[in-house]
Amino acid sequence: MLDDFLIRATLAGIGVALAAAPLGCFVVWRRMAYFGDATSHAAILGIALSLALSLSVFTGALAVALIMAVTVSVLSGKGYAMDTLLGVMAHSALALGLVAVSFLQGVRLDLMAYLFGDILAVSKSDLAVIWIGAALVVALMVARWSALLTSTLNADLANASGIDPRREQMILTVCLAVVVAVAIKVVGVLLIVAMLIIPAAAARPLSRTPESMAVIAAILGALAAVLGLRMSYIYDTPTGPSIVCVAAGLFIIGLISGRFRASTD
Amino acid sequence: MSLIETQNMTVAMGGHIALRQVDFHINSGEIVTIVGPNGSGKSTLLKALIGAVKPQTGKVTRQPKLRIGYVPQKLHIDPTLPITVQRFLSLPIRRSKQDIDSVLDRVGANDLHDKQMFALSGGQFQRVLLARALLEKPQLLILDEPTTGLDQPGSAALYRLIEELRTDLGAAVLMVSHELHVVMSASDRVICLNGHVCCHGAPDIVASAPEYRALFGTGTHGALALYRHDHDHSHDHDDHEGCTHA
Repeated sequence: MLDDFLIRATLAGIGVALAAAPLGCFVVWRRMAYFGDATSHAAILGIALSLALSLSVFTGALAVALIMAVTVSVLSGKGYAMDTLLGVMAHSALALGLVAVSFLQGVRLDLMAYLFGDILAVSKSDLAVIWIGAALVVALMVARWSALLTSTLNADLANASGIDPRREQMILTVCLAVVVAVAIKVVGVLLIVAMLIIPAAAARPLSRTPESMAVIAAILGALAAVLGLRMSYIYDTPTGPSIVCVAAGLFIIGLISGRFRASTD
Repeated sequence: MSLIETQNMTVAMGGHIALRQVDFHINSGEIVTIVGPNGSGKSTLLKALIGAVKPQTGKVTRQPKLRIGYVPQKLHIDPTLPITVQRFLSLPIRRSKQDIDSVLDRVGANDLHDKQMFALSGGQFQRVLLARALLEKPQLLILDEPTTGLDQPGSAALYRLIEELRTDLGAAVLMVSHELHVVMSASDRVICLNGHVCCHGAPDIVASAPEYRALFGTGTHGALALYRHDHDHSHDHDDHEGCTHA
C-alpha cells in the first residue's frame, strides 16, 4: 500500500495536519504566528547546513529551528520588542540560509522543494519521521493540555496553581520546532505557518471549548491535506500551495457558517 | 502562627529592585489591604506571596499545605480562545459539576455556566474569577485590585461579597485596592507600600500617619486620602521624603 506515492503523500499530509492542529490553536491563542514564521524561516539555514554536512534534512532543520525557537523564547522575557526581534532573526536566518545554500554545489534546484514542499516525493522513511514527530507532539500536548491552557489564559493564574508558565512556553516552542522540521517535505518552509494557523482559525467560529477547537482544527487540516492533494493531482497544481488553498477555502466556509450560527442563536 | 509571612524580603523585577526589605504577615480570618501608588510594588508583593517571583534576599514562609485562592488583576481572555465559564473553572484541576454549581451560586453567577468567558461583563468576570478562587477552598484569598473596571455599585457589591465570604469560609483576605474609602471601612489592617513598607496598622492609624498623607495627601488635594483627622492637618509633607520612591 505504501508503495503508491499518492498514499504516502496523503498519509504525510494527514500526519502533519494532526500535529499542527492543536499546536496551531496555541499559536493563535497566544498570538505566536510570527514566532512560527521565525522558526520556519530559520529552518532554511538548517537545511543548508545539513546538505553541507551530509546530515538528514530533518536533523539539520530541527536543530536550527530549536535553537531559533529557544533563543526567541528566552529573549522574549527580557523586555525586547517582540515583533522587531523576530523580524530581525527570522529574515536574517532566512537570508543566511539562502546565501549558505548558494555555496553548495548542485542544490540550487532543490531549494524550491524546501520552500514550497515536495509532498509527492515523500519516501517511506520520511513518512516514518513525520508520523513519529507528529505522534510525539500530539502526545506531549495531550499530556500537558491543562497546564498549557492555564498558562495561556494567564501566567499568574498558572503560577498560583503551581504551574511554571515559562516551562509550558518552552514545551510549545519545542513542539513548534518539531512540527516545522517534519512539515518541510509536505508544505515547505514558507507555508508551514499556514498549516498551523488556517485550520485553527477556521475551527474557531465552530467551537465553544478549547478542546473542540483543537479537534475540529485537526479534522479540517486533514481534510485540507486530502482535498489539496486531490486537487493537485487532477489540475496538476503545486501540491503544498494547493493544500493551503483548500485550507483557506475551509476558513471562509467556517467564517460564514459561524456568522450564520451566531445570527440564529 | 501566620498563614504566610515574609522576612526582610527584597524582590527584583526586570533588573531593578521593586520591593525592599519587606516584613509582612497575615493571620487567619484577617482582612488586610495593601495601598500605594502605581509602581509601588503592590502586585509584586502578591506575586512573591503566591510564589510567582522568587525574592532576591529574605524569605517567604507559608504554613504547610496552605490553600490560596488567587484572583489576578486584569485577566484578558482573547476572543480567539473559546472557553465556557464551566470549562474555565475546571482549569487546571477538573472540578465536579456539583462543586462548580455551588461556587457559581455562592458568588451570584449561576446563570453564567455556559457563557463564553470573553463575552462576560466586567462584574460577571470578577465573580467568575472569585468563584474559581473559591474552588480551592482557600484559607487565604488574595485579590489584586478586584474592582478594576467596575462601576461604584458593582464594586460595592463585590466588596460586600468578599466580606461575606470571609465570614463564611473563615478565610483571611489580602487585597490590593485603590478605593481608599472602602479600604478604610472594610480592612482590619492596612499596609501602605511604596517600594518598601511606609506604614502599616489599623486603618485609623495609617490614615493619620504622615507617610500615608505624604503619598496620598499631596497632589490629590485630599481627593484620594481619607481625612479623618483634617483638624490636625498641620504636617509639612516635605518632612516625609523617607517614603518617596528611591
